[in-house]
Amino acid sequence: MNIIHAESLTKRFKDFTAVDHLDFDVESGEVFGFLGPNGAGKSTTIKMLITLIRPTSGTARIDGHDIVRNAGSVRHTIGYVPQMISVDGTLTAYENLMLMARLYEIPRAERTERVRKTLAFLRLEEHTDSLVRTFSGGMIRKVEIGQAMLHRPKVLLLDEPTTGLDPVARQEVWEHLFELRKRAGTTVFFSTHNMEEADDVSDRLAVMNRGRIAASGTGAELKAKTGRPDATLEDAFVLITGNKLEVSGDFREIRQVRRTQSRLG
Amino acid sequence: MFHSIAQTFNKSFVLAEMEARKLIHDPTELVSRAIQPILWLGIFGEALSKTRAIPTPGLTYLQFIAPGILTQSVVFVAIFYGLYIIMDRDTGTLQKLLVSPTPRVALVWGKMISAGLRGLSQALVVFLFTLILGIKLHITVVTVLGVFILIMLGASFFSGLSMIIASIVKTRERFMGIGQVITLPLFFASNAIYPINIMPAWLRAAATVNPLSYMVDGLRTLMLFGSTKGVGVDVVVLAAVSLVISGLSAWLYPKVAI
Repeated sequence: MNIIHAESLTKRFKDFTAVDHLDFDVESGEVFGFLGPNGAGKSTTIKMLITLIRPTSGTARIDGHDIVRNAGSVRHTIGYVPQMISVDGTLTAYENLMLMARLYEIPRAERTERVRKTLAFLRLEEHTDSLVRTFSGGMIRKVEIGQAMLHRPKVLLLDEPTTGLDPVARQEVWEHLFELRKRAGTTVFFSTHNMEEADDVSDRLAVMNRGRIAASGTGAELKAKTGRPDATLEDAFVLITGNKLEVSGDFREIRQVRRTQSRLG
Repeated sequence: MFHSIAQTFNKSFVLAEMEARKLIHDPTELVSRAIQPILWLGIFGEALSKTRAIPTPGLTYLQFIAPGILTQSVVFVAIFYGLYIIMDRDTGTLQKLLVSPTPRVALVWGKMISAGLRGLSQALVVFLFTLILGIKLHITVVTVLGVFILIMLGASFFSGLSMIIASIVKTRERFMGIGQVITLPLFFASNAIYPINIMPAWLRAAATVNPLSYMVDGLRTLMLFGSTKGVGVDVVVLAAVSLVISGLSAWLYPKVAI
């Protein structure tokens, strides 16, 4: 079954078409990697899927809920982890999760138990009452994943979840995401710039370029497009987009990426 | 319908509660904010009361400005509240809250209530300092309750106004510039440190439409005369403008994230 179904999804800003008649499907329980150079339209697509901005035309459905007409249902169905640090450093891990538990209307009787179990799942129980500003980058990411999974979403959308993390923390984040999928069948939709990581963890990938999906399929299928047996996903990416992988984009974007890296690193 | 209204209030209070917890975890901000009103009362107020330059019939000048300084310290905290939503936007917290099933107006009210809580902590400082300076105030259950309501409403209005400005300008630098430009005129074009009747006509007109004047007026009636006469009007005006501002702010709020 397709948990995410985009149909001619389009977003225009004045005379610039950021997302151009996008069609794609993500199957339930899949780990789906969303790639593309900066400015390709990844962020805009994610913002439409999570109901932050409205498409100019076309639409998408998440678990059958239309992102425009049933935005309220979509919000209950998804969990979102932004690229930047979005926890509150001056609150404890417990308080950060409790805030989300209450905003997502988890019944009072279950709340405390749910927050504690989630912290235990993420192996953060020893740090329950510590202020998050004392945490490492990997721990902060785990708190954010905890916030996003508390209400048991069917789809978790993560914007560059491991940017700026060291390899150990990166691996741990993915272990938790895989465990979550195994236990709850959660679909994981994530964007990344790290080709090696995308190839390692994704069941399927889509590469966006200039507002369109330039290619999609399994890592092996994408690599096969290069016609070389030893090709990496990065080679395939360069072939598909005609682009070298580099951090480009506007000033604000670069500033945010750098800030995230320095704070997480 | 009832459920969603209850949830809206509930979520506003949750958001405000977390702001309050932050202050409990790290109260240095409250301490540093206490300095300004103490300087205004202790230096400016003391100096001007010696010169007797400003006529305040029936009151000492220190009595006269105490409610004005209280208002000023509450408003100056609230007027920079928009900075928090710009910071939330830059970190992604704002996007995360917008993606959660939280009504936009609850996000605004949450900030307004927490601005009010910070305002109340200022009130406590000003009250204690007036005791030290020996400024006579009427402190009864009714006046304290009235002061509480006026501070919550005044902080709501000015924090809401600030969030609207932040939603429009979107960057810290521009926001700080505008914040600096509007705070002093707001303070001077009011009855906070001199009576309206000694102002030139144009300034009097500005002071009459300035919501800050209504807050000062209500606080003065309660704190200096122990009376509630006319305070109802002040409360209604502040509540009405706060409601309008929160609607406008809730409408603009999601646009910050784009």
